[in-house]
Amino acid sequence: MDIAIQYLGSVGARMVLGLIGVIALVSVNALVLILVERKVSGHMQLRPGPMEVGPHGILQSLADALKLMGKELITPEEVDKPIYWLAPIVVFLPVLLSFLVIPFSQTLIIRDMNVGIVLILAFSTLSVLAILMAGWSSNNKYSVFGALRSVAQNIAYEIPLLITVMSIILMVGSFKLSDIVAAQSRVWFIAVQPLAFILYIVCATAETNRAPFDLPEAESELVAGFHTEYSGMRFALFFLAEYTNMFIAAAVATVLFLGGWHGPFLPGVVWFLVKVYAIVFLLMWFRWTFPRVRFDQLVTFAWKILIPLAFVNLLLTAFVMKL
Amino acid sequence: MMSYFKEIAVGFWSLLAGMAVTIRYFVKPIVTVQYPRQKIQMSENYRGFPQFIIDPETGTHRCIACEMCARICPSQLITVEGTKFPGEKQKRATKYIHEHQYCSLCGLCVEVCPTTALEFSKVYRLAGYKREDCIIDHLPLLQERQKAIGLPVTPIPTAAEIEAAVAAEAAAKEAREKEAKAKAAAKAKEAAKEAPKKEAPKEDKEVKE
Repeated sequence: MDIAIQYLGSVGARMVLGLIGVIALVSVNALVLILVERKVSGHMQLRPGPMEVGPHGILQSLADALKLMGKELITPEEVDKPIYWLAPIVVFLPVLLSFLVIPFSQTLIIRDMNVGIVLILAFSTLSVLAILMAGWSSNNKYSVFGALRSVAQNIAYEIPLLITVMSIILMVGSFKLSDIVAAQSRVWFIAVQPLAFILYIVCATAETNRAPFDLPEAESELVAGFHTEYSGMRFALFFLAEYTNMFIAAAVATVLFLGGWHGPFLPGVVWFLVKVYAIVFLLMWFRWTFPRVRFDQLVTFAWKILIPLAFVNLLLTAFVMKL
Repeated sequence: MMSYFKEIAVGFWSLLAGMAVTIRYFVKPIVTVQYPRQKIQMSENYRGFPQFIIDPETGTHRCIACEMCARICPSQLITVEGTKFPGEKQKRATKYIHEHQYCSLCGLCVEVCPTTALEFSKVYRLAGYKREDCIIDHLPLLQERQKAIGLPVTPIPTAAEIEAAVAAEAAAKEAREKEAKAKAAAKAKEAAKEAPKKEAPKEDKEVKE
């Protein structure tokens, strides 16, 4: 630790250690979430979920990961090779970068930037580019369909998401995530801005491409959507990115609305993770409750309901703040 | 404008109602049966493959190898062989093969059996690794079931025993035939003595009929 600080300086050491921690967190988080997702889906359908590998199937996703690592990386003949090869990396990098500014507790934050929330939103948009790259380079009609849907959906849902976040920023007056959390020490913003919370959760579900907004990878109509042609570890990277995106969306929701690390008795990081996984459970709950929306319903819902409501919310917030 | 807000409110309420349903199911106990480890009670009326009834009086099967089942079977999947053993009144099955992979469980064999020797089993674990695993040999199966309920096991006749029984039966038959022939010859002699008296009216009768 001391040697690292000596060579890299305190900021550099924080970055390197943070990166190691984040990679560990990302992989463990994905393994746990995949298992939890399968367990939740099982119990909602009155069945136990994976039960065979380890007690209650807890090693199931580890076995799956090992299987994926052992698989051959198939590159179909007609793909656009450089883009096809680059897409899984592009989808994964912004996911890692977003962890840079997430405040797990008062001190457990890699770099508390003053553009925190903007950085997360900007990088999470990059995953759309990766999905488009994957879909287009696969040279497969289903992949292209999935990619095009993803772009349309993400453009539509980015707007209400940003406007909703703006209303929180208006109240705090800072993009810094630690400032936003600090502003909620007395009352969480979910109590002040319930509408904004609902809008954010809906948009986050769409941004993470999860049911009922899972059109880009609608498995019952598009095989697997944009990652149809991917196999082995490349496919695993898309999967990892999807579950990590869920974690990031839930972490942002925790920071913006649920008071981040604030909570009695337990240390801040425990409170933070409890809140994050509660939101993740909410997203899973959505997935196993709601049927997939049709494409026109999806776009209509964004432009006719979410965006007007988000604007109304923003205006109301601004008005109240001015009073 | 009012309808716009009403639609949002109704839609939101319906989403919450749906989520209430799934969370209720989430906390309900599991209904699936973890099959190899857990089993459910099989219904009384379950119709598995046909098998021999164990006669409560004799403690063995009642098959007389009449081959009615083999003949009525629409898939021709039953092979029955039987022999009459010396000192027994009727034939007895020495081989009963049921090729279950072709069976449609129509139950005609069970219905047609003149001695009610067949019933439907309650066995449902019939998975096998190859086609030959589906062939059910009824006599060893019967032995297993007898062992399971503690009855004396019905031995399966060996090929040598069957040959001996067949030979003995043939000899007995020959002896019987000789006897019958001798009897017939004796009768014929007796008849020949009385022939002149009765011959004429007998012929008359036959003509009338």
